Amino acid sequence: MSLLNLRNIKKKFGNNLVLKGIDLEIDLGDVIALIGSSGSGKSTLLRVINLLEQIDDGQIFLDGEDISDPRVNPDIVRSKMGIVFQNFNLFPHLSVLANVTLALRVVRKIPRRDAEQKGMQLLERIQLTEKANVYPDQLSGGQQQRVAIVRAIAHNPKLLLLDEITSALDPRLVGEVLDLVVELKSSDTTIIIATHEMSFAKHASDKVVFLKDGIVEEQGTPSQIFGNPTKAATVEFLR
Amino acid sequence: MKETVLEGISSVEAERRAYRKRQSFRSNLVSCISFAVFCVIIYIVLSNSEGWTRVRIAFFDPHYFVESIPLVLRGILTNLRILIFAVAGVAVFGTALAIIRTTLSPVMFPLRVVATLYTDLLRGTPMIIVLYIIGFGVPGLRIFGRIDASLLGTISIVVVYSAYASEVIRAGIEAIHPSQRMASRSLGFTHAQTMRLIVLPQAIRKVVPALMNEFVSMQKDVGLVSVLGAIDAVRSAQIIVAQSYNFTPYVVTGAMFVVLSFPMIRLTDWYTSRLKKREQMSGIV
Ligand SMILES: Nc1ncnc2c1ncn2[C@@H]1O[C@H](COP(=O)(O)OP(=O)(O)OP(=O)(O)O)[C@@H](O)[C@H]1O
Ligand SMILES: [Mg+2]
Repeated sequence: MSLLNLRNIKKKFGNNLVLKGIDLEIDLGDVIALIGSSGSGKSTLLRVINLLEQIDDGQIFLDGEDISDPRVNPDIVRSKMGIVFQNFNLFPHLSVLANVTLALRVVRKIPRRDAEQKGMQLLERIQLTEKANVYPDQLSGGQQQRVAIVRAIAHNPKLLLLDEITSALDPRLVGEVLDLVVELKSSDTTIIIATHEMSFAKHASDKVVFLKDGIVEEQGTPSQIFGNPTKAATVEFLR
Repeated sequence: MKETVLEGISSVEAERRAYRKRQSFRSNLVSCISFAVFCVIIYIVLSNSEGWTRVRIAFFDPHYFVESIPLVLRGILTNLRILIFAVAGVAVFGTALAIIRTTLSPVMFPLRVVATLYTDLLRGTPMIIVLYIIGFGVPGLRIFGRIDASLLGTISIVVVYSAYASEVIRAGIEAIHPSQRMASRSLGFTHAQTMRLIVLPQAIRKVVPALMNEFVSMQKDVGLVSVLGAIDAVRSAQIIVAQSYNFTPYVVTGAMFVVLSFPMIRLTDWYTSRLKKREQMSGIV
């Protein structure tokens, strides 16, 4: 069953048409690697899915519901998703644990004790329990990014959007963060990850979507895209 | 919106746009109606109050209204002139104070203390007291001979508002991430160049709305120079009131100050929204 369905999504910034009609279907539980050169519209697409940008045409269906309809409450839609950006993720004025638990407490109205228990479980998963009470700038880049990811999954989102979460990290930390993503895959969260890490796309994703100049140029399983690409642009990009 | 640029939108999108338009029309309508109701209530309360007739004659007399306009208008030119010079003064002096307060070098320590004391002191003192002290104290020294009251007024305003403006600018400077300074110094810029070319432009941009707010309140306070005897709008109104025992000129003056502040307030709104648009990652959250 498809979880997310994009139909002919168009998005302009001023007169600059950035997404030129994206059609995409994403199945429940899949990990989707969104690849494409810089400026091809990956980040814009993720923000559009999270309703952080208003589209200029097209429709977005989540679980069969048209979430691009202005009558739906975007806050409720967003609460079914999590999004992690490349940087500027963690709130610098809150401790690591507070970063993870604040939304649970304020948005989900979960009592502090329960939220913190859940928060500690999540931190344990990324081996950062001893950092629960320090502030984000006392963490390494990889640690920060892992905290950002568990913060985004704290409320069990159906759909997790990850935007180049590893591009500011050194190779060892890249592995650390991507391992966490692979681990999440085993649970029932659907993940869309915009990435430049081709080896990750190749080995850890269920489906690769190649974006070029605001359209889906080619999509398929990793073995199709990496082993047997049909479009010249894909071959060129992967070379 | 710019529908013309978009050739061929789908019917879903057209329907969405129509819906958004209806929604914004509806909320505008609601606010218009509630405003009208509010006005009617005020009117009913006022016109039914016991002293309304007396107040109306004393404050809203058409004859004095017309008569006072030319004099008050001439006075407001004085206010405008003071305002222009004061703005220039505050820009220079306020920025200087802010820079002094944000330097880290130990050599500047005494200056920093003086600047801190200055801002603390002047922000705590009522405008009118500063006006009295400068307006009557400085001429009392008899160093400079006779000084024009509006010049003394301008100086007083610069003295007080520089203290406020410097705090706003300082907040802006401190909000710039240290990595900006490091990046700048690493490219070979000196401390002063870093301040002037990298930090200040970003800082000012951040605090422009707050500064414009200071400006609007300063524009109002310019009316206080009348206590020194400068023939500004307020003083002109006072003169007419003293002769006629009718308060309408005050209302005229008040209205004129409001009109004077309009362009600035609108400009502030416009600039703020433009800034927001440019720095947006997204316009809807
Ligand atoms: N807020 C904005 N205002 C105007 N144009 C924008 C905005 N955000 C993105 N764009 C433009 O949209 C295009 C796509 O940008 P986007 O950030 O989606 O690319 P990307 O595929 O994520 O690239 P990268 O791999 O470098 O992150 C770019 O040409 C960019 O200039
Ligand atoms: Mg991007």
